[in-house]
Amino acid sequence: MGSKYDVLVIGGGNAALCAAIAARRGGASVLVLEGAPKFYRGGNTRHTRNMRCAHDAATEILTGPYIEEEFWEDLLRVTGGQTDEVLARHMIRESKDILNWIVEQGVRWQPSLGGTLSLGRTNSFFLGGGRAMLNALYLTAERLGVDVEYDAEVTDLVIEDGMFLAARLKRPIDGETEIRATSLVAAAGGFEANIEWLKQYWGEAADNFLIRGTPYNRGSILKMLLDKGVQEVGDPTQCHAVAIDARAPKFDGGIITRHDSVVFGIVVNKHSQRFYDEGEDIWPKRYAIWGRLVAAQPDQIAYIIFDSTVVTSFMPTLFPPIAGQTIAELAGKLTLDPVALEKTITEFNAAVRPGTFDHTILDDCVTEGITPPKTHWARKIETPPYLAYPVRPGITFTYLGTRVNKEARMLMADGKPSANMFAAGEIMAGNVLGKGYAAGMGMTIGSVFGRIAGREAAKHARN
Amino acid sequence: MHGTRILDEADRLMTVCNSCRYCEGLCAVFPAMEMRRAFSDGDLNYLANLCHSCGACYVDCQFSPPHEFNVNVPQTLAVARAESYAAYAWPQALSGAFARNGLVISIVAALSMAAFILGFAALNDRSVLFGVHTGPGAFYKLMPHNAMAALFSAAFLYAIFAMTMSVRAFWRDIGTPIGGRADGGSIFQAIRDAGELRYLHGGGVGCYNEDDKPTDRRKLFHHLTFYGFLLCFAATSVATLYHYLLGREAPYPWWDLPVVLGTLGGIGLVVGPIGLFVAKSRRAPELLDETSYGMDVGFIAMLFLTGVTGMLLLLLRETAAMGPLLALHLGAVFALFVTMPYGKFVHGIYRFVALVRYAQERRIEAGS
Repeated sequence: MGSKYDVLVIGGGNAALCAAIAARRGGASVLVLEGAPKFYRGGNTRHTRNMRCAHDAATEILTGPYIEEEFWEDLLRVTGGQTDEVLARHMIRESKDILNWIVEQGVRWQPSLGGTLSLGRTNSFFLGGGRAMLNALYLTAERLGVDVEYDAEVTDLVIEDGMFLAARLKRPIDGETEIRATSLVAAAGGFEANIEWLKQYWGEAADNFLIRGTPYNRGSILKMLLDKGVQEVGDPTQCHAVAIDARAPKFDGGIITRHDSVVFGIVVNKHSQRFYDEGEDIWPKRYAIWGRLVAAQPDQIAYIIFDSTVVTSFMPTLFPPIAGQTIAELAGKLTLDPVALEKTITEFNAAVRPGTFDHTILDDCVTEGITPPKTHWARKIETPPYLAYPVRPGITFTYLGTRVNKEARMLMADGKPSANMFAAGEIMAGNVLGKGYAAGMGMTIGSVFGRIAGREAAKHARN
Repeated sequence: MHGTRILDEADRLMTVCNSCRYCEGLCAVFPAMEMRRAFSDGDLNYLANLCHSCGACYVDCQFSPPHEFNVNVPQTLAVARAESYAAYAWPQALSGAFARNGLVISIVAALSMAAFILGFAALNDRSVLFGVHTGPGAFYKLMPHNAMAALFSAAFLYAIFAMTMSVRAFWRDIGTPIGGRADGGSIFQAIRDAGELRYLHGGGVGCYNEDDKPTDRRKLFHHLTFYGFLLCFAATSVATLYHYLLGREAPYPWWDLPVVLGTLGGIGLVVGPIGLFVAKSRRAPELLDETSYGMDVGFIAMLFLTGVTGMLLLLLRETAAMGPLLALHLGAVFALFVTMPYGKFVHGIYRFVALVRYAQERRIEAGS
């Protein structure tokens, strides 16, 4: 028999720590079980850099107001309406207070980073990035008396009639133990690092996915909860996925493997064929669709191809571009068919109409007579060396989750709210994000619902 | 490819960091990095000297070890910084002094102090060396003022000259256009940034030393050491003016300006180095450049020795210990001066020059 806490938080990222701090401040005794070792604590939070919060006026670090209604309209647009309006509006309202609350927990803001000016009004950036944010939350939690265990693998949850009783835990040294608690906050993330689970929906293609976060985001808590009668929400194939460098490590390459060069060139698949309008909209609004686009291509590989005139137009990259003095030489290095690639680029160049290039607006540089068209920023690829980045789908997090209500309380399959189980963060992101993404929303979901879950879990435990 | 292994590693890290940029709010290094897409040896030496070793970027980095990207900016730049001192040393024949710097400093200090003791003993008889001397000119019974002034001026001027030559080489390497001059505004900005140790601050959170908690007090101890040093230098300068302009000879009464300045400075030079030494000995090994441990500690020890012998001389100047203490103090100060261009002292010079360059780059960027 193990010890008993008021609130057990499973997970160790932004949502979990916000829940733990809120519960502790609400007077509860709190244990945080983080499945990862200390260095890898925090799941995807360690790779984040900002949070999208509504605010009625400019602040020291935000360049202008971002009112609730505008946030709602952005969310509506990116999800194509696939969101829970009551929950989403509640989250947006609560996000206003998070801007200050999170600072009270030791997190510091800074103006938007170089190269992210388009987010300067809407998104608040963490000074030092996501790991700095996490470090601050952990220091605060520990100072308040929250207990934290790392390498804490939860092997089972004891749940009866929608009521959490205990968690079974395998410790690396002491072995099996059981931890009882009056309330549970599940904030253990999605299942993006669980390739076998991804394969259930994506088939063998999932073998070619790269996972942007740690290998510890395996969704084991999500699976236990769904197996034990918690209502499911979200499309299991939906996720935040971007095109990242194919040379990136399988796990935890983080933000630095991304590419911002799509709008400056063309993207072809392994048959040297273009497959989507590279100039559909400005990049911050389109970067999050390219993971799925590449996932739909044969062998889940694509190549961003551009020429030497644009190399300084985007952020420097971790991996250097692959270069060739001729298209044929480049094709050889990419193991593409040189004839096919030359044909694609020749046709593309011939289709480019004259225009005035400006990557900051939807300019008038378009193609005519090819499919798919490039509807903005289309310029000829004709100045050697010719350059390319190979890209694969990089999965950030999955949207399949547990359904919750405004109290962050899990709903059971029969629609009844659980007596003492709450969820926050990616494990319930699908309530708000049916599909699509807008930068910084994952952290908003984590902080807002984390704080609510902690508060409600403590309230339940005290009663 | 660069000239050295550490510059290759610094280049690799700057490429990683430049594609991330999460740390740009922490200090000057990352904004300076963002102004570049490729890094020459000079660029990397500039960034290395711009780094104040606050440790925040290591603790905040999602790619620090054990991550496979193995990003450790503070340690890498610390090694690169130490190697840059040797690379820019003048004359180059003496650059080897940095390799086993602790030993070099110890030997020079011991020889210097021994020379003063033996010199005093040889030139004066025992009754003078161990005698009690008070009143104006008491020190000069052991060593004539003009001899003292000539010897120390020579040592000091040599140090200034050697360091000027080094700074020239450094500035040429980091500046564009080559041979470009620093403007007054940038120099003033750098004086402010250096004077308050603006970048030894973790971006506002604090600095890291022994663990992942921002509890570091190196900034305070560095202020004590640096301003202690400046006060002692001011004390000597005022005393020199007294001597030549007013004809007033040392020792001066406790309330007189040179002694007040020297006492305050001496306290700083005793407390500051102790604090820095304790911090150094507790520093997390992953942040530490172990190869320059001798150089760092050697410099701290020289400052401490200067402070302690000076304070003892003040306290015991009216006793028979004055003669030997004066010899020790002069020996320590002499060793400090002659080793200045070949030890940790130069960190302040190069860092200041890097701050001037940074202020200049920011101005150019803001103006463009």
